Amino acid sequence: MTPLSNKLTFSDEQVSLLDVATTFCREKISIATVRRQIASESGFDRELWNEIAGLGWTGVMIPEDFGGSGLSLAEVVALVEPMGRHLAAVPLVSTQLFARALLAGGSEPIKRAFLPQLCSGSIGTVALFESEGDWDLGHIEASAVQEGDTVRLSGRKTLVCDAAVADFVLVSVNFSGAPALAVVKAADLPKERRERELVIDETRRCFSLRLDGIGVPLSSLITGERAQAALKAVRDAALLLAAAEAAGGIAGVLELTVEYLNTRVAFGRKIGSYQSLKHGCSEILIGLERARSHVYHAATLIAAGEDAEVALRMAKVEAGDSMVFAGDRAVQFHGGFGFTWDCDAQLYLRRALWLQNAFGDATHHRRRLADLLLTAA
Amino acid sequence: MGELDEFRREVEAWLRQNRPPEPDFLLPESFMEVGSDEQFEYLRNWQRKVYEAGYLGMAWPREYGGGGKPQVYQNIVNAEMARQKVPFVPNTIGLNWAGPLILAVGSEEAKKRYIKGILNADDIWCQGFSEPDQGSDLANCQLSARRDGNEYVLNGSKIWTSLGSYASYMILLARTNPQKPRYEGLSFFLVPMKTPGIEPRPIKKLTGEYGFTQTFFTDARIPAECLMGKEGDGWKMAMLTLTFERGVTGGQAGGLSRVSPGVDDVIALARRSRRDGRPALDDPLIRDQLVRFIIEDQGDRLTAKRGEIAALCNERPNAIGLSAKLRVTEHRRRLMQFAISLQGANAVRFVGDADAVEGGKWQRAYFNSFSSTIGGGTSQIQANIVGERVLGLPKD
Repeated sequence: MTPLSNKLTFSDEQVSLLDVATTFCREKISIATVRRQIASESGFDRELWNEIAGLGWTGVMIPEDFGGSGLSLAEVVALVEPMGRHLAAVPLVSTQLFARALLAGGSEPIKRAFLPQLCSGSIGTVALFESEGDWDLGHIEASAVQEGDTVRLSGRKTLVCDAAVADFVLVSVNFSGAPALAVVKAADLPKERRERELVIDETRRCFSLRLDGIGVPLSSLITGERAQAALKAVRDAALLLAAAEAAGGIAGVLELTVEYLNTRVAFGRKIGSYQSLKHGCSEILIGLERARSHVYHAATLIAAGEDAEVALRMAKVEAGDSMVFAGDRAVQFHGGFGFTWDCDAQLYLRRALWLQNAFGDATHHRRRLADLLLTAA
Repeated sequence: MGELDEFRREVEAWLRQNRPPEPDFLLPESFMEVGSDEQFEYLRNWQRKVYEAGYLGMAWPREYGGGGKPQVYQNIVNAEMARQKVPFVPNTIGLNWAGPLILAVGSEEAKKRYIKGILNADDIWCQGFSEPDQGSDLANCQLSARRDGNEYVLNGSKIWTSLGSYASYMILLARTNPQKPRYEGLSFFLVPMKTPGIEPRPIKKLTGEYGFTQTFFTDARIPAECLMGKEGDGWKMAMLTLTFERGVTGGQAGGLSRVSPGVDDVIALARRSRRDGRPALDDPLIRDQLVRFIIEDQGDRLTAKRGEIAALCNERPNAIGLSAKLRVTEHRRRLMQFAISLQGANAVRFVGDADAVEGGKWQRAYFNSFSSTIGGGTSQIQANIVGERVLGLPKD
């Protein structure tokens, strides 16, 4: 095996963004806020989103030319980790995936048309999955056919996050036998085209979209190698940000659990004094330490423009599985209370299962890591 | 940089030409596993040769036998030794613990008396910290050192003394004042092992080999000048010694102190092993297991790196340090167990069997891996430490 890089750096910008985001989330995103959003139909808090956009976080990695801060995805990681810790339900990740695709594959006019709007708070999302649930983003049934200056879309996309509040949706379609990406505006996605899906993480609002009949200008279609590059960029960002959210989530659920174990008394002792529970918590901490290290290493490579495939897949495996372990143990360690809706442990477990299965689970990525790392004998 | 590059080339060539031939017995992985005279002699001769070539103690002062050069030279040698996987140098306690301590706080006379023998392996050193009844609690040391005129009288016993049968000297933690609180009653000694009343008895390990002794002290009288620092300084000295051991402050003589297989070697083993007529490395389930180990191993490497960045450790600054032993040693134990499983029907062979895979080193390595999941505080104690001191859970 060729030696793996152990590069890990943390920029001054990351230090300050992590610090600001940690404080912001602690002050603005309580569990009560999250539960209110779960109970609401839209699951969306416009006021909170405006504050986030006002801080410039939607444009952190967008070049200054388009109104952003000109930093990298590594700085976005420093925002997303604390958001994961507080189970934030905001369309920041969706918007970043949309932006990432455009940065990697969009033509100059496309970038100019959409990126500045994101910087001022518009919401973007991506529609990549279909009913089979295949994680392979290149396997696309939905299609686009050219009619003069317009392309006509057909088919159905599923598990599209934040579709009801998004201003733009980037839809993957099959165009003349190859993947392409179409930017669809909210006006073309009226209510009748959307169907709400019930997903395990109730902080999320997911929809299936019926594309039949939607027309977009040919100029809004990303095709060929640009589309391939955009899809790869979206996948990389999705892996990194899901892993970052999970690393934050582990820290959150660990804090919740430790607090309960330091309060709850059984058989005359605080239950945290029992070794079976204490050792379970140490195991959660170990998962957290390793996951964070993988996440910030992968972020370092991405920011440096180095090949990060191994690091990204590892980060996703470690953080995804470790958060599911942490959420699972959190429910168990809360005892009878853990079995109830009112116990917050379930919120983390549900988030964990979402993240674990987003853009490929651990088995999926280990399979590819084996091919990347273990050359056959 | 030119001079250092030239030096690196010189070291590389010297090690290639002078590395001792593979012996016909299995070498230990570290000084803690030296269990036979032939292993000991082989390794001692190797240390002598390295020292005589000028590649050990390069940064220690010339007047005591060191090389008087900048540390960077020794670092180059250490790296090259690790790269070429040459045998380790066995006087680990002398080179990494006692020597640095003596150079840091010892008298002029002590430096003249001990340092050269540490480097040329004439004087092997051992360590007397652990005791049979104290478990993982070092400060609970009970071995008694009673002052009697110009001497101290030692009574009690120490356990897990590596190289105890071969050592000329021991660094010893003993209780000089049982009335004082537990930390203040301790003192630190450099003890000649040939003192009448000191008897090392070999302990047979689960591997069937020797490698440790229990060392008994019965009215053993040592000169008062064997005391390091002042009476009552024992805990401070012991902690200082441990910082040298961990290499955080520098000061070690250098040389390789351990040669043990890692994930890469297990991958190579999987490549050589067969499953259904094909290399085990082609088996999807084995590949998946290997990837799990690689991810964990890489996670711990990266975690060490992240530990250097304060902004990424500020919530629980002690988390990485206090979880390191638990993470790394348990990983290693499971990795060695997995390596055995790669050997098919030959997995059951053991050291000494002519057909054992690589002389049975994997089987032995698995058994010996318990020395680090048990020694220095068991994994279960480590998990308590993480729970209580890192996470703030109540003691039981």
